[in-house]
Amino acid sequence: MQQQFPNRPFRTHGGAPVPHHKNTWSEPSAVMPPPERVVIPMQQHIGAPCKPVVKKGDHVYVGQVIGDNDAFVCAPIHASVSGTVSAVTKVLLTGGQTTEAIVIDSDGQMEHDPSIAPPPPVTNKKELAETARKSGLVGLGGAGFPAHVKLNVPEGKSIDTLIINVAECEPYVTSDHREALENGRNVLEGIYKVKEILDVHRVLIAVEDNKPDVIAKLTEIADDPQKDPKDEVRVLTLKSRYPQGAEKVLVQACTGRKVAPGQLPADVGCLVMNIASVSFLASYMRTGMPLTLKRVTIDGSAVKSPKNVIVPIGTPIKDVVAFCGGYKAEPRKILMGGPMMGIAITSDELPILKQNNAILAFDEAEARQYATTDCIRCGRCVAACPMELMPTKLEKAVEKKDVDALLSLDIMTCMECGCCAFSCPAGRRLVQAIRLGKSYVRKAGKK
Amino acid sequence: MEKFIVSSSPHFNGKKTTQNIMLDVIIGLTPAMVASVVIFGIRAAVVILTCIAACVASEYICRRVMKRPQTVGDLSCVVTGILLALNLPVTINPLMAVFGSVAAIVVIKQMFGGIGQNFVNPALTARIILMNSFPAPMTHWTDAFDYGAGADAVTTATPLSGMMYVNSPNSAPDYMQLLWGTHGGCLGETCALAIILGGVYLIIRKVISPVIPVTYLATVAVFSAVLGRDPLFDLLAGGLMLGAFFMATDYTTSPLYWKARIVFAVGCGVLTVLIREFGSLPEGVSYSIVLMNIVTPLIERYVRPRAFGKPKEKKGRGAA
Repeated sequence: MQQQFPNRPFRTHGGAPVPHHKNTWSEPSAVMPPPERVVIPMQQHIGAPCKPVVKKGDHVYVGQVIGDNDAFVCAPIHASVSGTVSAVTKVLLTGGQTTEAIVIDSDGQMEHDPSIAPPPPVTNKKELAETARKSGLVGLGGAGFPAHVKLNVPEGKSIDTLIINVAECEPYVTSDHREALENGRNVLEGIYKVKEILDVHRVLIAVEDNKPDVIAKLTEIADDPQKDPKDEVRVLTLKSRYPQGAEKVLVQACTGRKVAPGQLPADVGCLVMNIASVSFLASYMRTGMPLTLKRVTIDGSAVKSPKNVIVPIGTPIKDVVAFCGGYKAEPRKILMGGPMMGIAITSDELPILKQNNAILAFDEAEARQYATTDCIRCGRCVAACPMELMPTKLEKAVEKKDVDALLSLDIMTCMECGCCAFSCPAGRRLVQAIRLGKSYVRKAGKK
Repeated sequence: MEKFIVSSSPHFNGKKTTQNIMLDVIIGLTPAMVASVVIFGIRAAVVILTCIAACVASEYICRRVMKRPQTVGDLSCVVTGILLALNLPVTINPLMAVFGSVAAIVVIKQMFGGIGQNFVNPALTARIILMNSFPAPMTHWTDAFDYGAGADAVTTATPLSGMMYVNSPNSAPDYMQLLWGTHGGCLGETCALAIILGGVYLIIRKVISPVIPVTYLATVAVFSAVLGRDPLFDLLAGGLMLGAFFMATDYTTSPLYWKARIVFAVGCGVLTVLIREFGSLPEGVSYSIVLMNIVTPLIERYVRPRAFGKPKEKKGRGAA
């Protein structure tokens, strides 16, 4: 079946003109030497936490499975350094949940697990999902949704479009940008594989137009008459407007289709994969080395020399910052992720997780809280909401704890992208209020 | 080391604040203020300054008395003052201007909770209060460039009232005069050009969206033509330009969603022409906007955005 390729992106609603601050895109990623110790939490994905399969005193190799769970929505966790398990403790993660964590003292050797070998060639969907699970891959764009769940498209749903997410719309973050420049061929290899197995004939590599070098590079590689004789893999240039990279918005921009509340992109025939995920899948199929390293953007006004760093998963943030020259000013706010959706963390002892794409440390001036004044009903939040909600009305319903009103305003459709709060001239904490409202709705058990 | 600041995302905020939005509105109103001083002389400046001073003072005192955080700094009271002044004739007794300002800020704005809470536009409602309290001084118009005319001078007609009472078919309206504002009327309803200039500035600065002014003006033009009036005259005469760009677009009293704004602006346009054609008053802009302000919550209830990807609700019975 011949499919149409859009020449320009479809219209999306709202969004916000966030500043880009892409300071680190031009510098090659640095590879971090093995840290002294890593702390690997057993929950680095959406779904059931893993159970440790090693105990204190065990020797582990890089790539060895150290945590797993039989649950479907779960991805195994591997050791990222070789060394000795010094403790199995509990850590408090950013979501407020406590989870088990394995502490490994590195022996500095980075010895690979001798049993690591390239996986058998993948020939069908089932094997693809199985391979993805074994690799420990989760959505590397930030959500951390186990990749095999996504790739395991249920019967009855057919995927006609594969979207590769290189929008990277969050300010500061450039890890996907570097991935595209440094591993372009790998990315395409992964795309061809997924495309072949899932029998998809339309692949859109979606890049925001603030990354012309990525567009040029990927267009050049994607234009490969040998591997892609029918030209089914193309680059689509998106407008740089946050949040183009949010899954639902991206599907809309690429295909014009809208994913209904409670549905997945698969329901409208789309599969969205982050560029780093596809690239990793390709290298896993070649080498069999599971997900133990992650490229992370280290930036922010408190960091001395911002750059992208390839880090063993579980490395404490302060070690990574020290590798980037340490702090040049006292950090007052540290974010895991970008400034629009990232989480402010309480301590720089926390480890880098699989789905982290950035660590931002801000000094006093940038961390300062902005003032909140009364809502003037300007309607900017309504115009900015990509999900076409009315944030100010939601906020008022939250103040009244009116669950019925919250539901009639479709609070659960909110994806917390932050466009409303960014646009608000009164500096109202709209996203915070909506999060609270969601908890009221959950508590009321209505959804 | 001190603890890190932990707060909810987003950790960025845009550059717009209530204060710089209001500053932009003041800048947008500057051409109209300058034009009024040119047309009516220094006394126009006195009226404007009186209203601003009275509005700022009322807001300050009100917030002090109510023991609420001070909001004079957001400049919204200055905007109210200017708008009220632009709705007054130049010969107005300054005490009446002060009375109007106090009514606008204290009764209409602060008693309902301050900025963002009033359900009608303060400046317009104050004008209506003044119109009903002091009908004669409020409709005492002097000619353009007649700087010395006192309150006892012979009143001239505004183009709209002239059309209503004289209604002579021979005197075709002078459109250039309307555009430049060299005729009798309120401070701000004379020079259409200055107001359009300010309105375009606000649209470019993204302070207002063009939805309301464009819909409002288009509705007036179309409806006026339907009723056999002169659409161009209706557009340029009276307070329509000021109302469409600066009053109907008031954030607090107009709907949040653009489709609801269209309904709102169409309503304003229809009412304006209806009052001009059938009402006993020559001018209907203030009443039509205030009436539509009052139905804004109702419009918002029925016209609202459909959440992303949500299927259309089935109407009628049997809908799930």
